[in-house]
Amino acid sequence: MKIHEYQAKELMAAYGLPVPSGIVTDTVEGAVEAARAYLPDKACVIKAQVHSGGRGKAGGVKLARTAEETEQYARQIIGMQLVTKQTGPAGKTVHKVLVTEAVEAEKEYYLSIAGDNENGGLLIIASAEGGTEIEEIAKERPEAIARIPVSATEGFKRYQGVQTVEALGIPEANEKELISLLSGMVKLYLEKDCSLVEINPLVLTKEGHLLCLDAKINFDDNALYRHPELMELRDIAEEDPKEYLASQSDLNYISLDGNIGCLVNGAGLAMATMDIIKSFGGEPANFLDVGGGATAEKVKAAFGILLSDANVQAIFINIFGGIMKCDIIAEGVVTAVREIAPKVPIIVRLEGTNAEKGKQILEESGMAIIPASDMADGARKAVEAAGRFAEENRQKAECAKAGEKEGETA
Amino acid sequence: MSILVNKETKVIVQGITGRQGKFHTEQMLSYGTRIAGGVTPGKGGQEILGLPVFNTVWDAVQATGADASVIYVPPAYAADSILEAADAGIRVIVCITEGIPVLDMCRVKQYLKGKSCTLIGPNCPGIITPDECKIGIMPGYIHRKGHVGVVSRSGTLTYEAVKQLSDRGIGQSTVVGIGGDPVKCTGFVDILRAFEEDPDTFAVVMNGEIGGSGEEEAAEFIRDHMTKPVAAFIGGQTAPAGKRMGHAGAIISGGKGTAAGKIAALREAGVEVAMTPDRIGEALVLAVQKAGIYEKCLAGK
Repeated sequence: MKIHEYQAKELMAAYGLPVPSGIVTDTVEGAVEAARAYLPDKACVIKAQVHSGGRGKAGGVKLARTAEETEQYARQIIGMQLVTKQTGPAGKTVHKVLVTEAVEAEKEYYLSIAGDNENGGLLIIASAEGGTEIEEIAKERPEAIARIPVSATEGFKRYQGVQTVEALGIPEANEKELISLLSGMVKLYLEKDCSLVEINPLVLTKEGHLLCLDAKINFDDNALYRHPELMELRDIAEEDPKEYLASQSDLNYISLDGNIGCLVNGAGLAMATMDIIKSFGGEPANFLDVGGGATAEKVKAAFGILLSDANVQAIFINIFGGIMKCDIIAEGVVTAVREIAPKVPIIVRLEGTNAEKGKQILEESGMAIIPASDMADGARKAVEAAGRFAEENRQKAECAKAGEKEGETA
Repeated sequence: MSILVNKETKVIVQGITGRQGKFHTEQMLSYGTRIAGGVTPGKGGQEILGLPVFNTVWDAVQATGADASVIYVPPAYAADSILEAADAGIRVIVCITEGIPVLDMCRVKQYLKGKSCTLIGPNCPGIITPDECKIGIMPGYIHRKGHVGVVSRSGTLTYEAVKQLSDRGIGQSTVVGIGGDPVKCTGFVDILRAFEEDPDTFAVVMNGEIGGSGEEEAAEFIRDHMTKPVAAFIGGQTAPAGKRMGHAGAIISGGKGTAAGKIAALREAGVEVAMTPDRIGEALVLAVQKAGIYEKCLAGK
């Protein structure tokens, strides 16, 4: 789960990390009011609050020196579609801005705590080249990034802080500050089951102190059950509506740009299904893993989500039953097709536990379901069926247009 | 021969009285797995499916001499169950549970360091030595006894690979699903090493996917240490970066963990890579033909 910058900063502050003051608001008036805390002696920064990096480059972060500028920028940013490198071409609507003090920085650093999956621990990731995306630095100058392991059971140790000070080249006078900051970051990471605590940039101010100018925290979804307080930080407006709906039905769904809807059991097979659709010249509309314990209701919910995507021109159901029993999937498909009556062709491949029973249920339903003998056969049929469906729709649309014209002339 | 489990393996089921636990215990029993009993705290002394239920793994091991365990316990308690099995002296622990918090697994990994047990999973289909011992949730009937080892990060994609082998008359020595989570105790390299050392395994199929660096390490191991032919498939070639594809471990970030990078590394190590998931069986056949051991790999030989 992701949260907003302002929420991350609040959490960091609660763990004793130095963050700049700021007020979050969803109105222009609110922004102007908030800016009064800084203006006219100091400038303030208006920052779009969306779950994405690269906001500055996309025009979502502005420095305001006057009330007029504050109003102008707040008006610009609130409600805008922010298109960053991470949002995709559609961008994200900005609902809130953070009005925060402008800070003059002597130096910018990158600092984060992330998981060290290999060793089952954490990593302090530090670079003296802050401000830019760490991915960029990693690509161009990997030697400029230090990785210092921290034990998940022992937590942060002072020497790891000293190592980080050396890696960053932070002035000796700030060593204590950095060690306390790191200690807070690791504590936060461990106590709240984070998957990332990132400060980019961490700055050394003109006054000679360390300050977390930006903040990003991600949480481990698997551990959210033991942090009900974090669930309140979830912002549904930031999520893809279809992905949100899927999460409510406990489905693993990711929205993509193609035209073939996929319903698969198992994440690995779901990914492989996307790959094979592409190899036959099709484009998957989504990744969808219905999981191991799917019920008929879950299958129906999955169907509803796939069909709510207007781009979908065929649905490919690819099931290899292990935990999942094929007859249950088949029943779910039959109920869903009966209730939703989809117009798009449906291709079903059933294999594994109770596959024969499942095939029988589909056959006896008398519905226009296209059976597939294996996943290649299914993918090929899905790509072909989607093509036919698109063509038929095009012809229908043309006929309708011609009919309209005739009506006009008559 | 086989790796990790065989017809002598005695298994206990942790969480045997749960819905999943009970269902899959029935399936394992009917496959012929030697299930010695189950564990559910508070239900010790009861019987289920004709098997004794114990309060602790320790009790179960003392009473039955079991050396393997399979865990069907909800995610909040699964890490504890793994530690309990390790402390009770279980040799092979298979954790099926999906959704265990990452930090719980970090602690488990720290705890198990230096211990002699093997943990398979979590979030995995389990391990099977065809016709001898099935521990997990895989459909038994797709397997055939034979000489090709299979190791995979995914569940259903493993079944896909196994079926393609069986359909071509190629049997399996042991099939291991190492699981889709980012933190695990047994990786590709551990299983590849075991297959390399197993005299009854002649070739290996490896199913990887995007995210992490397990496939790259496997490629290095294959290049430097494996004499047996390997075929592979990498899932997620068309997955977008930055999105978690179901498995917590399957995410491309910072240009790392891409399918292209993994495929290149494997090819460089001499692995026969299937570009689409329907060609895994074909790739293995090609690999063993090149090595001149196709006939030996046919089931029943």
